[in-house]
Amino acid sequence: MTLDITDLKVTIGGREILRGVDLSLQEGRVHGLAGESGSGKTMTGLAVLGLLPHGARATGRIALGERDLLTLPPRELNKVRGGEVAMVFQDPATSLHPMLSVGRQLTEHMRHHLRLDRREARARAVELLGKVRIPGAEEAYGRFPHQFSGGMRQRIAIAIALACSPRVLIADEPTTALDVTVQAGVLRLLRGLCDELGLAVLLVTHDLGVMSAIADEVSVMKDGLVVETGPRGKVLREPSHAYTRSLLDSLPGETA
Amino acid sequence: MTLEIKDLVVEHRSPGRPVVRAVAGASLTVRPGEVVGLVGESGCGKSTLARAVCGLNPVTEGSITFEGAPVTPLGLRRRTLTGVQMVFQDPYASLNPRRRVGDQIADGLRTARDGETDPADLLERVGLPREFAGRHPHEFSGGQRQRIAIARALAARPRMLIGDEPISALDASAQAQVATLMRDLAVDSGAGLLFISHDLSVVRLIADRIAVMYLGRIVEIGDTAEVWDNPRHPYTQALLRAIPQPDGMGVLPEELPGDVPDPAAPPEGCRFHPRCPFAMDVCRVKEPEPGPVACWLHEPA
Ligand SMILES: Nc1ncnc2c1ncn2[C@@H]1O[C@H](COP(=O)(O)OP(=O)(O)O)[C@@H](O)[C@H]1O
Ligand SMILES: Nc1ncnc2c1ncn2[C@@H]1O[C@H](COP(=O)(O)OP(=O)(O)O)[C@@H](O)[C@H]1O
Ligand code: SF4
Ligand SMILES: [Mg+2]
Ligand SMILES: [Mg+2]
Repeated sequence: MTLDITDLKVTIGGREILRGVDLSLQEGRVHGLAGESGSGKTMTGLAVLGLLPHGARATGRIALGERDLLTLPPRELNKVRGGEVAMVFQDPATSLHPMLSVGRQLTEHMRHHLRLDRREARARAVELLGKVRIPGAEEAYGRFPHQFSGGMRQRIAIAIALACSPRVLIADEPTTALDVTVQAGVLRLLRGLCDELGLAVLLVTHDLGVMSAIADEVSVMKDGLVVETGPRGKVLREPSHAYTRSLLDSLPGETA
Repeated sequence: MTLEIKDLVVEHRSPGRPVVRAVAGASLTVRPGEVVGLVGESGCGKSTLARAVCGLNPVTEGSITFEGAPVTPLGLRRRTLTGVQMVFQDPYASLNPRRRVGDQIADGLRTARDGETDPADLLERVGLPREFAGRHPHEFSGGQRQRIAIARALAARPRMLIGDEPISALDASAQAQVATLMRDLAVDSGAGLLFISHDLSVVRLIADRIAVMYLGRIVEIGDTAEVWDNPRHPYTQALLRAIPQPDGMGVLPEELPGDVPDPAAPPEGCRFHPRCPFAMDVCRVKEPEPGPVACWLHEPA
């Protein structure tokens, strides 16, 4: 299944934040989204999830298969979010409840969305913790978020995102808060999950190194518009847009 | 105006728990007008070291001197007197939510006995509009708040500025801007800057020298370009290999397996040996001498 965003416009309080974004995600592919602070990367992800701030107006089309997410009734959209479309944020605290055990957070989603019984949900949760390579998955099931390191918490947030077998994963700066040594592991994990599960991934990152490591396609945003889209090698090595070139040139000491 | 840290040991003691030797013999110098970047994985002791420099954590062994005088834990008063100012990770926690930012910057000016400068001048220096002085912290974005925290720190005319992960809570795309701003402001005023971050590419952008910390010790220190182009300690090499390159080639960075060990029970010998691909017999029993590179592969001839 693919996700196609066409001519997406978002207005908040009379201000046009997205001015006609076109993006296309394919299964088994990581689509990287770069661009400076405030260019609209996060808003694009939130629009797909139906999580735009109050008072925001969105027009255009966000097609998931046959359905347009922008016109889906709230109940239907709720099923899509956390089901077919899942998300991971910069700060794992955004996705994790501090007072609930890891197991509880994983199974709650599954019981709600997949209607699994307690035992099935538990088995699947432990399997997912193993998949994101949390050591001692059985024992980790009963622990709380604060008992894990930052990198492990982000892995748990990814496990929760994967709980209901999404087709599309929106990851907004998922490794920015992590140590580079830990980031390397999480990037390998994301790439592996994308390949193995055939996920369509939208990876928002300001880090062109991260982009280069795992994105197949790269889009660059500026002022609410996608100014360049293309295969990773093309965009990062022979950018056609002056703005992309300026992003690459601003990297310390890289000789192009 | 030099900050000198010599053989520093800082321990955390809490009842009923083993002593945590968070800084375990670290030496480091920051000269006026110089930017030193301190990097290392979370939990290696960076914050503990920074807080000790500000007199917020007592020194267990070794010494910290600033402008020749020892830094002692006399709390806030002493800290302002010694001319060391710290900028923390979370600007929201360090600003008073109930007071206008102009008034908070004015506190810093009073510390420096500066009756001339207008708080709005400082806002301008950190790239914010003058009229922000009349607003409260909650009216700003994370990046703007951190600029305000920097303005307030600068108002006290510090001769040494310490940033403890000052950019990690910011929106990713604002991080390099704020880091560069801190560098420029510190260097322009002739103050030294000790910049702590887990983001090596930002440190590379702003630091004159890089110090790499592992489990309470500085394992390598040198000029930024030298460390970056020719890392000598296996841990520094692993850190740099983990950074993905923006070359468009689709190469996944290398993982460094394992976590930073518990500082309450550090490994025998070289602290890095359980994760080191080059570990030799001597590494398991004898700790390498401190130096520009603390590793048995690089013993001074
Ligand atoms: N809750 C909000 N209400 C109004 N405007 C917002 C809100 N959140 C973000 N914006 C604005 O939307 C624009 C795009 O923001 P965002 O998508 O977060 O950018 P990015 O993720 O690329 O840094 C910015 O100009 C920002 O100021
Ligand atoms: N107040 C404290 N009491 C006990 N242990 C502490 C305290 N502060 C830090 N530690 C421990 O000291 C070690 C170093 O922590 P810290 O200096 O915060 O590292 P970093 O800033 O590099 O992440 C960690 O193992 C941490 O858990
Ligand atoms: S001293 Fe030995 S274990 Fe330690 S970093 Fe050097 S080679 Fe590796
Ligand atoms: Mg964003
Ligand atoms: Mg710290």
